Amino acid sequence: MFRRLREPSPSDTVTFSFDGRALRAAPGQSLATALLAAGVSAFRTSVVGGEPRAPYCLMGVCFDCLVTVDGVHNRQSCLIEVRDGMVVESQDGAPAIAAESAA
Amino acid sequence: MSARLLSHVEQLDEAYDLAVIGAGPAGLAAATEAAEAGARVLLLDENGTPGGQIYRAITRNDPQELPFLGRDYWKGKALADSFLAATLDYAPTATAWSLDPAPQDRDEKATGLARIGVSLGGAARRIDARAVLLATGAMERPMPVPGWTLPGVMTAGAAQIALKSAGIVPTGRVVLAGCGPLIYLLAAQLLDAGTRIVELLDTSDRERRLPALRHLPGFLRSPYLSKGLGLLWKVRRSLKVVSGVTALRITGQGSAEAVTYCRGGRERTLAADCVLLHQGVVPNINLASAAGCAIEWNETQRAFQPTTDGEGRSSLPGVFVVGDGAGIGGAEHAEVSGRIAARAALRDLGLAPEAGDDLAALVTQRRRLARGRAFLDNLYLPAEPFRAPQDDETIVCRCEEVTAGQVREAVALGVPGPNQLKTFLRCGMGPCQGRMCALTVSEIMAAERSVSPAEIGVYRLRPPVKPLRLSELAAMPQTPEALIAVTGRTADGDH
Ligand SMILES: Cc1cc2nc3c(=O)[nH]c(=O)nc-3n(C[C@H](O)[C@H](O)[C@H](O)COP(=O)(O)OP(=O)(O)OC[C@H]3O[C@@H](n4cnc5c(N)ncnc54)[C@H](O)[C@@H]3O)c2cc1C
Ligand code: FES
Repeated sequence: MFRRLREPSPSDTVTFSFDGRALRAAPGQSLATALLAAGVSAFRTSVVGGEPRAPYCLMGVCFDCLVTVDGVHNRQSCLIEVRDGMVVESQDGAPAIAAESAA
Repeated sequence: MSARLLSHVEQLDEAYDLAVIGAGPAGLAAATEAAEAGARVLLLDENGTPGGQIYRAITRNDPQELPFLGRDYWKGKALADSFLAATLDYAPTATAWSLDPAPQDRDEKATGLARIGVSLGGAARRIDARAVLLATGAMERPMPVPGWTLPGVMTAGAAQIALKSAGIVPTGRVVLAGCGPLIYLLAAQLLDAGTRIVELLDTSDRERRLPALRHLPGFLRSPYLSKGLGLLWKVRRSLKVVSGVTALRITGQGSAEAVTYCRGGRERTLAADCVLLHQGVVPNINLASAAGCAIEWNETQRAFQPTTDGEGRSSLPGVFVVGDGAGIGGAEHAEVSGRIAARAALRDLGLAPEAGDDLAALVTQRRRLARGRAFLDNLYLPAEPFRAPQDDETIVCRCEEVTAGQVREAVALGVPGPNQLKTFLRCGMGPCQGRMCALTVSEIMAAERSVSPAEIGVYRLRPPVKPLRLSELAAMPQTPEALIAVTGRTADGDH
């Protein structure tokens, strides 16, 4: 769904994984844009209907970009930088949105 | 000297003269101004680099590589540079999740310090400030249409963020839909970046042309005129613009596949892999609201905003609100308002002399920058069906998947206001804490009762304005009462 205007040089990339798949990204970009650029279309499923969701706002407002990062649930991938070695997983429904968030 | 970059809450001082929240043009200008006057300043911002929405990633981008972001974007470089050269504390990737205003005496004067809850580097902490300046900016007005939760649908602003911050552009069949100047700006930027856009579906309300005309003289004397015409010309020459669109819905299995729109009573369906929606921007008021600032309805902009005086003071002593977070005025207006409020804060704190000629000059400049805005606000006010969706199946609250029909049923049952609706339907109770549905809910309730949203009001928010992890709180020295106050639960997770 997205393409990079410029491919990052192989010497200047970070490697991370999404649901076990190894992916590469340019350093300094958000995890959400790294996933979109790598062709990931659904980041999680919705809490009530189990429908696929993907980033809607990319600015921290909608919370549709929630993923599990290095074992921590409900991280807003549009607000965190992609890092080398990050282990990212999609989320099903609300893994402990209740237990972890505190709205 | 230069800004000290903080990456962990432990590096924060106990207290500051001025804490600024938000590193867009308003916050950057205010923080720089106050620091240059000798105040002890902290600036907190959720993003990794300064710039806010308009100047996002300005310190990392190169005009040679992304020339198409345009002159208005590159203007932000000087602002960010002088901010980074100032003597102050700058905490990027920090979220401000609460603001407790200073206690007041009988004359409503602040008698102590304000407290701000901050998350940074995986831990949370509270720090104090003599004055707080909220420069939290705007967000795009929600555009609830059937199918807007499908992957492949995002806001036009999101596509712009992807372009500015990651140099990526949407591919496949891209359709833009909505109204307002920003959607044309984005279309132009995407075209220049080599994206093929199938169509731009313009949902502007034709009925607005007449009321807008009254404000034409101001617009004709504003810089918006030449910029706006240039953009319209460019976009209309390069892609198919369909105006007069009165309804639209997005369909697809698992992701967007098509957009169906209605124009002149006729429906047409377009294949689409990526749909970018936008219908203007509205103030992001969550932190101001949770702090207890008085909130008012702006009828021209059809949005809620914190009540402020001419220098940015909110209804709470020591709390200022500036920039688009206080009412939409655009980037340059935000910057000047930031400077004005910083001076007011310094004066209130006794750190600067009484106002002089330079303040009058800033006020004049701000007035000039506000010129033309009323015309745009009137012309691009989204039509009612896009503010209060007619189709009952349309999801209004994306988090809890509450539909327009459910909200209408609740109104018919007598649910009196948005806050009661929350408990009734869980609408606005998800992780986004009502950011994506607040306005729509107030608009639907107002339409059902045939009153103004001013009478309906909007969700009253409580801290924390962003979900906090218990692990972040664990690092904070806490009494059990304080923990419950912040999280609504005890340390072992009980309610
Ligand atoms: C997505 C989007 C794109 C836009 N693009 C343009 C454009 O290209 N051209 C244009 O003229 N106008 C654009 N605008 C309009 C924009 O609102 C103004 O032009 C300008 O950016 C407003 O400046 P500001 O300083 O008021 O706020 P902003 O620039 O919005 O900055 C606010 C900052 O506060 C931060 N923040 C908010 N809440 C918190 C919190 N609780 N804790 C920590 N940080 C927080 C945000 O992350 C953000 O960095 C855009 C608006 C949006 C929403
Ligand atoms: S995409 Fe909206 S919060 Fe991340």
